[in-house]
Formats: sequence, C-alpha cells, structure tokens
Amino acid sequence: MSEILISILLVIGSFFMLVAGLGMLRMPDLFLRMSCSTKAATIGVGTVLFALALYFENLGVATRALATICFIFLTAPVGAHRIGRIAYLVGVSLWEGTIKDELKGVYAEDACVPFGTECRIPDINAPEVSPESEKGDGL
Amino acid sequence: MILQTVIHFIVFPLLSLTLVLGFIRLLLGPTLPDRIIAFELISITSAGIIVVTAIVTDQAVLLDVASAWAIISFLSVIAFSYYIEKWRGRP
Repeated sequence: MSEILISILLVIGSFFMLVAGLGMLRMPDLFLRMSCSTKAATIGVGTVLFALALYFENLGVATRALATICFIFLTAPVGAHRIGRIAYLVGVSLWEGTIKDELKGVYAEDACVPFGTECRIPDINAPEVSPESEKGDGL
Repeated sequence: MILQTVIHFIVFPLLSLTLVLGFIRLLLGPTLPDRIIAFELISITSAGIIVVTAIVTDQAVLLDVASAWAIISFLSVIAFSYYIEKWRGRP
C-alpha cells in the first residue's frame, strides 16, 4: 500500500517536471518560460522529496526532506525575480501578444541597454591613452 | 517490487526527457537569461534525479547531496544575475 502511494507521488512529481521542460521548450517568451521553470519544476521536486520522506520511515530523513522542500520553495521565486528584473533591464523583448507591461516607463530610458549592442569589453593589454599625451602628439 | 518497476520504467525516463528538453533550450536560447533559466531547470531536475536514486538504492545519505545541490544551484543563479548587472554597466 505504501509502495503504491510512493509510486503515485513519484509519477506525479516527474510528470510536473516534464511539463516544466515542455514549457521551457515551447513558450514564446523569456518571462513565460521563467514561470514554467519556477512553478512546475518547484512543485515537481517538492512532490518527489515528499515521496522520499514517506519512503524512509525515519524522523531525521523526513525532517531534512521537509527542510529541503522549504528551501526550494523559498529560493526559487527569489532567483526568478532577480533574473526577470535583470532581463527586463537588459532589454529582452516581450512576446508580441503581451497585453500589459506594467514596468513600461518606470525606469529611465538609458537604464534599458539593448542586449549585445554595447558590450564592448575594454582590452586590458592595450596601452592607456590619456588626454594629455594626445594633446602633446597633436602639437 | 512495484516501486522499482515504476521508477525504472516511468520516473527515470520522464526526468531524463526533461533534461533533454532543458539542454535543447540551453543550446537554442536566443539571449543569455534564457540560457540561465534553462540551466536552473537542468540543475533542479538533477536534484530530483538524485532524490529518486536515493529511493532506488535505499541510501538516505543522498538526500544531503540533493539539498547541497539545490543550495549551490540557487547561488549560481544569483551570481549569474549579479555579473549580468555588472556587465550592463560597461561603457
């Protein structure tokens, strides 16, 4: 009986993770993809960890499994929020079917640098050119 | 017995398929944040695979590995976003 319950929980969890992978491949936009990987993958890992807590009938193992569930449930939204904010600032384009963009106009114009246009990384080995020496060469 | 069969024939193939889909997005991803999201999905799926392996091999120690893996993946995502923010400020 317990084996059947654990099997059902494992199948449900892996199915949610498969849904997360499908959404990661099929969604049209970075932010929709991020919602997939945050919600579906988190609930999948939570279900699998709950099945593990049921399998080992041990208080220490169950406590560690619940602590891991709490950690994943707390940290997944934090990471997704940070990545989403940085992606919006960097100028990742929204899906053309997006209805409402609430962050439009909140940041200044020059805060949104388009991705890949101004990524000139300074060359460390290049000799430094100061304005003084340029003036001297001109004279 | 049912548990071993279910894990070997249903759970592991589903999780492996998730890994493959994440790797496809990691290769395709048009921008850098897409790749970071795909990497996050791959790492959290690997944590799930470690947990299922703990059930199959009856080793409770692997749960510690999974929790440390989750902590490291969260820190790597935070570090990636930090360096993208730094890189945005370059002239």
